[in-house]
Amino acid sequence: MSAAAPKPEGLFDCRDSFAATIEALAEADPRIVTVVSDSVGSSKLGGFRTKFPDRMVNVGIAEQTLVAVGAGLANGGKVPFVSAASCFITGRALEQVKADIAYSNVNVKLIGQSSGVAYGELGPTHHSIEDLAWLRLFNNLKLIVPADPWQTAEAIKAAAAYDGPVFVRVSRMAVPALERPEGSVFEIGKAETLVAGSDATIIANGTMVHRAVAAAEALAADGISVRVVNMATVNPLDEAVIAAATETGAIVTVEEHSVRGGLGGAIAEIVISTNPVPMRILGFPGFVPTGSAEWLFDHFGLNATGIAEAVRQTLSRKT
Amino acid sequence: MPSPAAPLNTDLVGEIAAQALWIRRRSFQMVYEAQLGHPGGDFSATDVLATLYFGVLRHNPSQPRDPNRDRFVMSKGHCTGAFYSVLARAGFFPEADLASYMQPMSMLNGHPNRNYLPGVETNTGPLGHGLPVAVGIAIAGQMDKADFRTFVLTGDGELQEGSNWEAALTAAHRGLENLTLIVDRNRLQQGARTEETASLDPLDEKWRAFGWHVEVVDGHDHQQLLNVLSASPKGRGKPLCVIANTFKGKGVSFMHDNVAWHHGVPNAEQYEQAMRELV
Repeated sequence: MSAAAPKPEGLFDCRDSFAATIEALAEADPRIVTVVSDSVGSSKLGGFRTKFPDRMVNVGIAEQTLVAVGAGLANGGKVPFVSAASCFITGRALEQVKADIAYSNVNVKLIGQSSGVAYGELGPTHHSIEDLAWLRLFNNLKLIVPADPWQTAEAIKAAAAYDGPVFVRVSRMAVPALERPEGSVFEIGKAETLVAGSDATIIANGTMVHRAVAAAEALAADGISVRVVNMATVNPLDEAVIAAATETGAIVTVEEHSVRGGLGGAIAEIVISTNPVPMRILGFPGFVPTGSAEWLFDHFGLNATGIAEAVRQTLSRKT
Repeated sequence: MPSPAAPLNTDLVGEIAAQALWIRRRSFQMVYEAQLGHPGGDFSATDVLATLYFGVLRHNPSQPRDPNRDRFVMSKGHCTGAFYSVLARAGFFPEADLASYMQPMSMLNGHPNRNYLPGVETNTGPLGHGLPVAVGIAIAGQMDKADFRTFVLTGDGELQEGSNWEAALTAAHRGLENLTLIVDRNRLQQGARTEETASLDPLDEKWRAFGWHVEVVDGHDHQQLLNVLSASPKGRGKPLCVIANTFKGKGVSFMHDNVAWHHGVPNAEQYEQAMRELV
């Protein structure tokens, strides 16, 4: 399994960032508790359990109760972080997320761990490439897909500070720390532009952001100026940044998710009703064949080469 | 444990009975005027609701989110006729608002919404949601060593939802003595009898096997309900399941134990007959 592989030098598992941040937040705020479904290890919450044994609720392998207990704890004045594999906390408990969390509009933080195709060879039952499509239908549920360790920490802090339901999608795939300007801040609903450019815009999130930056660098070498936007918040979208992207005349979206209804779909809904420009949505077509996560990325063109090629093709459709 | 020697509180029982009658009449008027609702289940649950709100719950309608309030979770969220009636009668919102039941833009949706109405703890409607949320509330109370209690009312057909049994495991595992589940055991679900659909009996043994303390009462006997629900849970070490044996449509002859009244609505003649009987 990909998770067992040693991390390459200079790369990070964002779950570590999640774990360190939640422990620090819990030191300062006694209302913060965690809820797990036999998912302590996979959520990297062993340290939290050691430090705060009375502030972790493990409901066993029972995702409906996992999410509902989070809603109940919020009713009792807690700030629960409910953490489990993204495929199960969403798909298995979707009606609890809808009724108990989103529609009830309660102060619960859902953490979807090891999202996307991180479980690689374990296959589509354990992949979570549908979660963004399902969850963005709940209009009041903030939906955040951090791209690196810093942004993961900031997203967790922002989720804790916000009074309402939030879902944070945390990857276990090794990613580099992104280069960003000194003093950068994370705000729910605000995208960040990592690379300036004017010929086209790549909008990515999560594990795809550093690949998008690499694609832009390759295209720059060919004289193509491509903007790269990290759209970490899928709900609400940063519509001003999307409007600006349409002015470059071509948009390529990239996500570790199905091409149906995720980040690309969400952006397309805005683009089509404001300033339609050629778009290309990169992601997985649906259930994927057996392979490691990295193999799947390469197979479906979710790497610098594939993204750059998609940009070139989309540029050819510009009027 | 209810004390068999609990003194008969005639005045309180009389008050609860009077409120129950008011709730039955008002909820049936709501259903008649809206031509929508679930009156059969309203009537099976009415005596439990009246006992809770007028004899058991520690609540303050002027401070509906007081952290120390007892919580009541209406898991059978379709029975809003009875639920809204008891909330209004207890003072959570004006009784006049009941006239807007299911009208456009009404706060009184067919299923309860905590963001619309004070006194609603969680949004229910899909079945099997109330108990797991109530378990979370009770865990919060246990963590804080708070003395509020959490009550949840489910239907019996609703127990066919597996989420209840997930939650039952956690409630027993954590010894949630501050949690009380009341099962409205009217033996009828939407389409047929529970025992003809997916059998629940022996229901008391199931809950005991899951590690709960179980009491079986007549769910229309206010004194029995009062005894079992108001007894202190301290030291029991287990969550309590009260199986309230009830009848769907209780109180109106032509609705009594009749599956057609799950979501049947009355015509003018039926409404008038029911009102003649509900006295």
